Amino acid sequence: MTEIFGVPVSLLLGQLLLGLLNGTTYAMLSLGLAVIFGLMDEVNFAHGAFFMMGAMFAWMGGQYFHLSFWWMLLLAPLLVGLVGLLVERLMLRRLRGMDPIYGLLLTFGLALLIEGLFRTFFGVSGSPYNPPELLSGVLNLGFMYLPLYYVFAMVASVVVCFGTWLLIERTKLGSYLRAGTENPSLVQAFGINFPLLVMLTFAFGSALAGLAGVLSAPIVQVSPLMGSNLIIVVFAIVVIGGMGSVMGAIVSGLALGVIEALAKVVYAPISSTVVFILMAVVLTVRPAGLFGKEK
Amino acid sequence: MKFRHVALAAVLTLGFATAAQAQVKGPVKIGFITDMSGVYSSLDGPGGTAAIKMAIHDFGGSVLGRKIELVTFDHQSKADLAAAKAKEFFSQDGVDMLIGGTNSGAMLAIEPLAAQYKKPFIVIGAGASTIVGKQCNGYTSLYAYNTTALARVTAGAVIKHGGRSWYFLTADYAFGKALEVDATKVVEADGGKVLGHVMAPLGASNFSSYMLQAQASGADVLALANAGGDAANSIKQATQFGVTKKMKLAGLLLFITDIHSVGLPAAQGLYLTAPWYWNLNAESRAWSKRFYAQMNAMPSFSQAGDYSAALSYLKAVKAAGTTDGAKVMAELHKMKVNDMFIHNGSMRPSGLMIHDMYLMQVKTPAESKEPWDYYNVVQTVPGNEAFGPAAAYGCPLDK
Amino acid sequence: MSWRSKAQLSTMWLILLLAVAAPWLGMYPVLGMRIMSFALFACAFNLMAGYTGLISFGHAALFGGAGYVTGLALTSWGWPTPAGIMFGVFVALVIGLAMGVLAVRRYGIYFSMVTLALAQIVYFYCLQADFTGGEDGLQGIPRGTLFGLSLQSDRVMYYVMLVVFVASWWFIRRIVRSPFGQILQAVRENEPRAISLGYRVNRYKLGMFLLSAGFAGLAGAMKAVIMGFETLTDVHWSTSGMVILLTLVGGLGTDLGPILGAVIITVLEEKMGAIGHFLEHITGVHWFASLNDNVSMINGAIFVLCVLLFRRGIVGTFNARWGGARAASG
Repeated sequence: MTEIFGVPVSLLLGQLLLGLLNGTTYAMLSLGLAVIFGLMDEVNFAHGAFFMMGAMFAWMGGQYFHLSFWWMLLLAPLLVGLVGLLVERLMLRRLRGMDPIYGLLLTFGLALLIEGLFRTFFGVSGSPYNPPELLSGVLNLGFMYLPLYYVFAMVASVVVCFGTWLLIERTKLGSYLRAGTENPSLVQAFGINFPLLVMLTFAFGSALAGLAGVLSAPIVQVSPLMGSNLIIVVFAIVVIGGMGSVMGAIVSGLALGVIEALAKVVYAPISSTVVFILMAVVLTVRPAGLFGKEK
Repeated sequence: MKFRHVALAAVLTLGFATAAQAQVKGPVKIGFITDMSGVYSSLDGPGGTAAIKMAIHDFGGSVLGRKIELVTFDHQSKADLAAAKAKEFFSQDGVDMLIGGTNSGAMLAIEPLAAQYKKPFIVIGAGASTIVGKQCNGYTSLYAYNTTALARVTAGAVIKHGGRSWYFLTADYAFGKALEVDATKVVEADGGKVLGHVMAPLGASNFSSYMLQAQASGADVLALANAGGDAANSIKQATQFGVTKKMKLAGLLLFITDIHSVGLPAAQGLYLTAPWYWNLNAESRAWSKRFYAQMNAMPSFSQAGDYSAALSYLKAVKAAGTTDGAKVMAELHKMKVNDMFIHNGSMRPSGLMIHDMYLMQVKTPAESKEPWDYYNVVQTVPGNEAFGPAAAYGCPLDK
Repeated sequence: MSWRSKAQLSTMWLILLLAVAAPWLGMYPVLGMRIMSFALFACAFNLMAGYTGLISFGHAALFGGAGYVTGLALTSWGWPTPAGIMFGVFVALVIGLAMGVLAVRRYGIYFSMVTLALAQIVYFYCLQADFTGGEDGLQGIPRGTLFGLSLQSDRVMYYVMLVVFVASWWFIRRIVRSPFGQILQAVRENEPRAISLGYRVNRYKLGMFLLSAGFAGLAGAMKAVIMGFETLTDVHWSTSGMVILLTLVGGLGTDLGPILGAVIITVLEEKMGAIGHFLEHITGVHWFASLNDNVSMINGAIFVLCVLLFRRGIVGTFNARWGGARAASG
């Protein structure tokens, strides 16, 4: 048994592994969206732009301040989180209590604006960003060569994803969050500063997008347009997983990466749309998504 | 009575004639429509505008005693904006000729308008061979390059340098498929073999899985039938996965801005074809230094092509003694072009400018002596060999 | 009839008069036709968004999809122009049915995200299919004739488009004021109540989505015939974003808002360069000259400002300030 679907097993294994890597990026991005949605019923269309900002900040840190990848791995998500915090405080808060669609429209405009700004200053063709010295080697897995950095990015993303899950499911802060999702006014009655909670949650979700961006920077070309197509795929993943479900976001993110990889092997032309087709199927069978509850 | 009518008619005619002449005495207007902000703006865009201004300046600022003016427009990669503006340029703004930039969809949309208004239209940034194919109309010229020539030269030359078996990474849409077909023809005609291909969706960003497939093919050459950000990402990931250790990379449509954005460590050793390179000879270097002083980047070949197209047009106007589209086109078809950009150039009836092309290999970081010093010229390919037989394009004017 | 309806009616007549006279007042007909196709597209979008509160982020698939099949029918199959346009509308209805069946199951933002994702399938199909010509676009679509009348001249085409536009606009207005439209507005205001009154809400929504899809398709098909080509821009998500912007600027859920929005944004898109140079000239700030190079950034800024300060749009704000109580149809 050396071939499946007419493809050598070794190649298939390699594809699945890389699919899993893509999946971790998806998972981290959809996780950020899910955390925000869970608390504030708000979908952040600028999530892709935040992802791009994470990568651009990493590149800028290296280019202008000679800061290493490790520094930027810490700083860039913080900066993106700060941008998210400002967006929530200065703009989204004004829309509280209105139809959430306005938040979606606002962040859509914001995404265009942010991408346009980065484009005027840095052009469109993108810049190279290399993995740190420590991780520039290649791992021989027997059936394929895997750049060490890819292993690092994958492990780091998985750790962050499950860390976030633990944070929300197992800590006191997380329990406030979950309670806030269910009943904001009750939480406030218990003396918790709900607006602050919302602001910090939005910042945290944005920082996750920024972190995903930094982790992607050494893998793909860093450019102002790198997030704009990704966000649509992530939207579909969030719908599949069930909006607001943290576990749903992680699992469907990882799964979709793998499914995409399989599609590439089995029937390549469908690989770009398989996510959307799956979404359509899930919607007909389980309108609330795989892990979602019908509200 | 009759006499008075005749006199009146004469006066009127005279009046109209002077009015018409007064109109003719206005400036000669060159239009430039390209993508100033989108994905391909770094290789043409504002730099192209600067290059055309340099041409107007070098020509002396006027022709036939009339001032030369440039009007520009950003089509934002939207064909309907491009076509609407081109129509306005021709029909209302008195633009005498149009230089077309990037985005083949936009250029193909403008093309019929050039014939309708009988105005020369010289396409530089877009390289779709169909522009001088069935659609050709005698007023449109494809001046700098086309995708067929780039694919042919790269394929032919890389085979000569030992790359016998090929594997394609192809962008999954018409443009990528056309590149693959053009290159495959040459590979097979020269005794090479195509072992397979993989289609990648546009904007896939992560090409690593395709690299595994390429490696598994065991081919000598990995040909990149894609462009822009996709090509840059493929090169980067090919290097990361060690593809370049066993295979040669051949880019079928790469610009110097792509190499600049990927960086030499990843792009070194890659083969590609270009009609021009800033560091080709003394003349191109001198011109590029001037360009650099304004734009803070070395020119791409399409920007140099913009310059050359404006200059050739102005020379043709001068030779024809008029801005009449048909007469200027006739002059352009007659001219032998040799300037900073074009070497041994002559135009086919279809409007395709035939001139020398160059196979380049990207330098190693150690070989590169200054910023933007990226290419070694491996081979010069004469125009007719590069662009291939006219019959393959299917333009009725070529007969 | 209140003074307000009278004022509105006279505004409409004025706009119509201007539109009829425009080509003789020096307006460039192609610009006028582009504006009308986007205005019709925005009216179609508004039918869904303004009166049911469901914002579709996937209308480009209907607009561009119809454009492509109309182009295909006219170029490759040699169909007469009206048949080609009707075929475009038909395909838009089919795509709309598929999208609608899946999307109306979801509320609010889910609806937006689902339509966006479904439209991406159409985009990738158009990108990869051979007949669309990829990024070269589908070129050389003939305008042909309409009842023996050649559409080659821009002026003739302009008036044909004007008739199509006015008729569609009138029809859309009728729908909104019909019992069907009124029920949907009741659904928007209070869905559980409408359900408890026994209305099959999702069917009404789907019906409205189909109507919206049909008119979006008509707009796309007309645009393909007018311009003579169809390219990927029209099926791209940025076009879905643009139609939202047009409607939002003009006023969601108003009769005239989408038209006004289309005029403003289309002209802005085309004249940004001139505006930028003018601003540079009067303020001396060189940065303004680069506005031309970044229209999507400007659109983004308008979006943000609109949502924060100007949610009712121009017509909506006007109605709210001078129109007295906000009528459902405003």
